[in-house]
Amino acid sequence: MAGSGPTALERFINGIIPENPVYRQLLGMCPTLAVTNGMKPALTMAGATAFVLICANVITSLIRNALKPHLRILVFTLTIATFVTIADRFLQAFMPAMSKVLGPYVPLIIVNCIIIARCEVCASKQAVGTALADALGCAIGFALGLSSIATVREILGTGCWMGMRILPEGWDNWGIMVLPPGAFLTLGLLLGLAEWFGAARKKAGRS
Amino acid sequence: MDHLVDILLIAVGAAFINNFVLHYFVGICPFIGVSRRVDQAFGMGLAVTFVVTIASFLAWVFTWFVTRPGAPVTAWVWHLFSPGSDAVLDLSILNYIIYIFVIASSVQFVEMYLKKFFPALFKAFGVYLPLITTNCAILFACLEIMKHVSGVRNPAEMWGLDQALTLAVFGGLGFALAITTMAGIREELDLCDIPEPLKGPGITLLTAGIMAMAFMGFTGVDRGLAAFLR
Repeated sequence: MAGSGPTALERFINGIIPENPVYRQLLGMCPTLAVTNGMKPALTMAGATAFVLICANVITSLIRNALKPHLRILVFTLTIATFVTIADRFLQAFMPAMSKVLGPYVPLIIVNCIIIARCEVCASKQAVGTALADALGCAIGFALGLSSIATVREILGTGCWMGMRILPEGWDNWGIMVLPPGAFLTLGLLLGLAEWFGAARKKAGRS
Repeated sequence: MDHLVDILLIAVGAAFINNFVLHYFVGICPFIGVSRRVDQAFGMGLAVTFVVTIASFLAWVFTWFVTRPGAPVTAWVWHLFSPGSDAVLDLSILNYIIYIFVIASSVQFVEMYLKKFFPALFKAFGVYLPLITTNCAILFACLEIMKHVSGVRNPAEMWGLDQALTLAVFGGLGFALAITTMAGIREELDLCDIPEPLKGPGITLLTAGIMAMAFMGFTGVDRGLAAFLR
């Protein structure tokens, strides 16, 4: 069925660590930086993105034979926009407070490069099962990326994790961590760390 | 007079205080990807300003006349089909789809127009124009306009076309400012001894963090300016 290229399982695993959307491919940076000042918004965002990613991938895969090459990007974005509208209305109806916190970043999922990239690279060429596995892997990888950044920022910025106190009461909150500059600094340092680990592992493998 | 002050505050807010890149994190992809050389970065900044203005204009027109609650065109069409009905129609559920459609097609048209009438400019922008379709900054400007047109209940507080265009133009210029500054810094960084793992995106993000701290210095400028002018 799949013919050439990685199988469904390989694609699923690929999305989580080896081709992690946040650390390896540097895709979808806007939400990565914007909603990671706490674990709860980060997880909600990851959930919404996962929903849109999975639905869009499955639909794209189902209609892949009818796609015209020059119109495909437009079709992708319209499919994605439809599911984002559903996700946005759902959040407004059932989690109004969280929807306020996330603000414009839920509709901005439409232009999240991860989803368009997955539709273009995988879903428009593969069968439904493979596309689904690929979307699941990518969604988990994205959730891991978001939560790692959110963990650092929330613990250093407020001393809590998911609202539970982690650091002692006397901890001086690093206010900058929950403000915009903290997002850039945390992601920059974590990227460096991931890069460093990768290089160290490669070196160990060679010698 | 108050109206002019409002517009000035929107302009300063969009360009400096709530800079698209450094405060709202939209348009990060080109900010990291196309900030290697100053001239390229400047070209990208201008291309974004250009497209964001056109897309915002169209987004405002559609939101104002078609999708906001009680919009004139929608009401008129509704009255054709059911005369005498006093229902207030709200099509704002279609907003996102309309915006992305408007952005994609305006990028397409801008590309064709430039190719025909300003070939030199088209050559300079060429590579970046298609990329702009998926630039969050454009959609973000449209969403801000939507928030101030269809999200407001009091008609007096609704943004007119002038306010919407101010946000778009100055937001775009703020983006150009941020990306050009970043490119200037990165050109200097080429000569520095950066730790191996941080090379590339890592050091760019750290630099952006420090720039964002500098831009935090603008916080409160709008209130001071308003008090001074009113």
